[in-house]
Amino acid sequence: MYADWPLLSLAIWTPIFGGILVLFAGDREPSGARKIALLVSIITLLLTLPLYTQFNTQTHLMQFVERHEWIAAFNIEYYLGIDGISMPLILLTSFTTVIVVISAWEVIQYRASQYMAAFLIMEGFMIGTFSALDSILFYIMFEAMLIPMFLIIGIWGGANRIYATLKFFLYTFIGSVLMLVALIYMYSQSGSFAIFDFHHLRLSMTEQVLIFLAMLVAFAVKVPMWPVHTWLPDAHVEAPTGGSVILAAIMLKIGGYGFLRFSLPITPDASAELDWLIITMSLTAVVYIGFVALVQRDMKKLIAYSSIAHMGFVTLGFFIVFRIVNSEYGEQGAALALEGGMVQMVSHGFISGALFLCVGVMYDRMHSRQIADYGGVVNTMPVFAAFMVFFAMANAGLPGTSGFVGEFMVILASFKASFWIAFLAATTLILGAAYTLWMVKRVVFGDIANDNVRALTDINKREFLFLALLAIAVLALGLWPDPLVEVMHPTIENLLNHIANPKI
Amino acid sequence: MVSMELVYLAIPLASLLGAIIAGFFGKQIGRSGAHCVTIIGVAVSFVLSLLVLKNVAVDGAPIYNYSVYTWMISDGIRFEIGFLIDGLTALMIAVVSGVSLMVHIYTIGYMHDDDGYQRFFSYISLFTFSMLMLVMSNNFLQLFFGWEAVGLVSYLLIGFWFKKETAIYANMKAFLVNRVGDFGFLLGIAVLLMFTGSLDYYEVFDRADSMVTATMQVIPGMDWSVITLACILLFIGAMGKSAQVPLHVWLPDSMEGPTPISALIHAATMVTAGIFMVARMSPLFELSETALSFVIVIGATTAFFMGLIGIVQNDIKRVVAYSTLSQLGYMTVALGASAYSAAIFHLMTHAFFKALLFLAAGSVIIAMHHEQDIRKMGGLKKYMPITYWVSLVGSLALIGFPGSSGYFSKDAILIATKNADVWGAGYAYLAVLLGVFVTAFYSFRMFFLVFHGEERMDEHTREHLHETAPVVTVPLILLAIPSAIIGWLTIETVLFTDFFDQAIIIFREHGAMAAVAEAFHGPASFVVHGLAPGPTWLAAAGVISAWYIYLRKPQLASAIRQRMEWIYQLLDNKYYFDRFNEIVFAGTARAVGQVLWRLGDALVIDGLIVNGSVRLVGWFAGVARHVQTGYLNHYAFAMISGLILLLGWAVLG
Repeated sequence: MYADWPLLSLAIWTPIFGGILVLFAGDREPSGARKIALLVSIITLLLTLPLYTQFNTQTHLMQFVERHEWIAAFNIEYYLGIDGISMPLILLTSFTTVIVVISAWEVIQYRASQYMAAFLIMEGFMIGTFSALDSILFYIMFEAMLIPMFLIIGIWGGANRIYATLKFFLYTFIGSVLMLVALIYMYSQSGSFAIFDFHHLRLSMTEQVLIFLAMLVAFAVKVPMWPVHTWLPDAHVEAPTGGSVILAAIMLKIGGYGFLRFSLPITPDASAELDWLIITMSLTAVVYIGFVALVQRDMKKLIAYSSIAHMGFVTLGFFIVFRIVNSEYGEQGAALALEGGMVQMVSHGFISGALFLCVGVMYDRMHSRQIADYGGVVNTMPVFAAFMVFFAMANAGLPGTSGFVGEFMVILASFKASFWIAFLAATTLILGAAYTLWMVKRVVFGDIANDNVRALTDINKREFLFLALLAIAVLALGLWPDPLVEVMHPTIENLLNHIANPKI
Repeated sequence: MVSMELVYLAIPLASLLGAIIAGFFGKQIGRSGAHCVTIIGVAVSFVLSLLVLKNVAVDGAPIYNYSVYTWMISDGIRFEIGFLIDGLTALMIAVVSGVSLMVHIYTIGYMHDDDGYQRFFSYISLFTFSMLMLVMSNNFLQLFFGWEAVGLVSYLLIGFWFKKETAIYANMKAFLVNRVGDFGFLLGIAVLLMFTGSLDYYEVFDRADSMVTATMQVIPGMDWSVITLACILLFIGAMGKSAQVPLHVWLPDSMEGPTPISALIHAATMVTAGIFMVARMSPLFELSETALSFVIVIGATTAFFMGLIGIVQNDIKRVVAYSTLSQLGYMTVALGASAYSAAIFHLMTHAFFKALLFLAAGSVIIAMHHEQDIRKMGGLKKYMPITYWVSLVGSLALIGFPGSSGYFSKDAILIATKNADVWGAGYAYLAVLLGVFVTAFYSFRMFFLVFHGEERMDEHTREHLHETAPVVTVPLILLAIPSAIIGWLTIETVLFTDFFDQAIIIFREHGAMAAVAEAFHGPASFVVHGLAPGPTWLAAAGVISAWYIYLRKPQLASAIRQRMEWIYQLLDNKYYFDRFNEIVFAGTARAVGQVLWRLGDALVIDGLIVNGSVRLVGWFAGVARHVQTGYLNHYAFAMISGLILLLGWAVLG
């Protein structure tokens, strides 16, 4: 029955128009606006579910395609479609938005309807980004989703929110402008803005390198990769909980997605030539950022740095493939690395989202994110503590949780490229556990540290609900990742075949 | 065979079910509900394990190797969850579930007044599940799953009393040190996957030959044998889990946890996972003499030097903990000597007598109102007769008293080590031989100080001294029986029949076990053989020295200590491992983090580059503002200059 529905359009525009509806509902009756928001987000989630259930796992071709002429003068199209790498991210988006709506329920009192509306509208643009197959459509969605995020940080953020917003804006703006230049250049060569036409565009090495670098800046800022990562801790610290969740769970993924959708297939030769650069940046993220996370005093900053380190596995997995394919031990492992990077993206969405929500739960009660203000939370919030320890363990990559799967795949695969790359990547086993568990030790365990901790009340049903949903997701993906990995196979294989053929 | 598959599946899942019910519905089912449901779960696991053991050992059931479900397929590599049922697995599941059952029952008494009663039962059942999954695995993925899962439960249980600062320090330390081992372990798995394209045990073993001749340049210019690299990396994992020097530092601190888990996890089962793993990997380790030498040297060092520390400890649990380290060293030495079955045999006997010793220590601790310092005990024999006698059985087994379970397993290790021919075997033999004296000395030092001699406790404690409840003493008795006799009953089956034939591979040139078989003519003559001058005499000397120094002439102890102050200091500070790690590793990590954050992120990236470019833009704008003078002639001049420059560039360029 779904076959004829324009599911992707529905998934994009339902939350956007729903968001506008919520705006009109206004704040006179905040619970009404919340209920509409929840309803819209659940409908959107239901609309995206068939994308998985009806997904054909046998083909690498785009599915659920919608293609209409839009701006004929420049051959720009309204062109949507998904494959094995975008579909999981769309589901992640619709799932996370439901979580965020629930998490903001009573917490946000100031302009609640606008807050909800911002998230819904942002959801639409994010789904649009993942499903756009026309590069201008992609670019518009890519930029448009930033606007609600600026507002979210700028209006509902912490004390230093203006600095954080500006920094966030400048970083992402510089990156995306360079990408736009690259897109226009490729249009001038191909006469089309369709991403697949770019894939088949013959480009010289110099062209490839320039395009690669332009897009690298755009996507590296998003991921964020070392050394363009310093906006992230500031943005997270100032953002309200929901903003941090979306930022960590979805927005960072757009960088990783961009590498797979644009950089690797459009500039395969430049990617192969410059893979050392990405690998170095990724390993620096894992090791350097791991140490930096260790000494953070603000919980949100710690999780933000931990995000950067974990995203290092994504970019490592994506760009290690050239060394695997060219290794003397055969090419097995390349698909493992790519799929590992993808799994890591989805998993990081769940885990970092959950950890930011955990910090949010504590912040709502104590109005502090400083580790030193806590201690012995388990005494007054035992149920919460169980969740927190669980997600911390997932963050440390414990097998059985989703956090293990992607790291495991990438480490195994990268060993084929080089012992030392795998060695440095595997230090996350120690560093990740060290910074996460040290935080848990100081915040959750121990005797009650002060009267504020003594006055804490355990999580309510609503908080239990969203933490439990995420815990189930983390556990399910950790115990049985095949349903996720399976949908990627044809897409990943096709991508590997594509980049194996030099364009020059 | 469908029914057997269900049995295999039920063995771990019964424990898991108990853990889930007690963990999530602890409040609803109450205390007795929690211990009933978990004990039933573990009892089911135990009974079914015995059934499997009988099938394998008595009926000679063939090896059963199958997949339960496919975790993931990626890149053509199948990642499976599956079981391998052979002699080694059957023995391990019986030991694990058996000891676990005893500990579950004992816990009813030990944790009687604790607020976290249900939580505790949930954890130990969860542990049992994880450990069973670990030993039943037929592939490296699930092995690693179980490996880390037992580490998690160990973390939760060491920090069970989360208000105690020392406990939550110890559990973090345990997890992190184990992660160092897992780091090596994971890389070892990566080597195997790279060269065999599989994580299935049998497929890896079948293709292992290709790794013997292959070399890798980890350090440019140096060709390393791949099989040696793989085995040493795997063994680093075992060093973490089985607490071998220098990754042993977490085990003594793990005594911060409640005593039942010290017995179950940190003596009988989890810490032997590394021993089990190496035995399971015997088809790989046999291929590398270098790896075996590495194993035997590490094991010997642990066996002897950790035993020495046991002599100066005054905390009853820490004495037993150092004894565990030392005994794990013995097992490791056996592995290095290619006497894998002897290692597993000692693992089994040790599981019984060490669990017994820990639980007996716990019984003493209950009676002493949670006093653990043996200097404040003494003369407990008359107050706690059952605990006294079972402790005696346990201690005699530990020191290898002829006929006891420990005698058979330890003597097998000694003979095997004597006949081993890998590099380092001579050192190892010396270490384990001297270790016999040390073991006897520290064991009976503790035994005499606790149960004999002067009553050194305060008046209040003395008045309340009495034997502990049956729920505590019955498990002790049930453990004392196998501690005494299981060696005699099983040595022939375990070591000298085809029980392990398909699980453990030994190359003919590694003749240590063959030598043991030659020396063995039935258990009775083995015992008689032990009465001749040799290790047994060393053990006797250890007991007599302990008796003389601590009972006969108590003032002698402090005199000796003063005479050998520097040795005492060295031992008392545990060879300064902890201080070294705290300063060098933990300190450096924090310092590096600070430097990278303050200098790298804040100063260079944010300060110079980001804010620097903002300032540059600001400066440029400021300069540009001065240029915007508003005078038309200035603009015209600028335009003409620009035009000339452009033209010049176009013409000349």
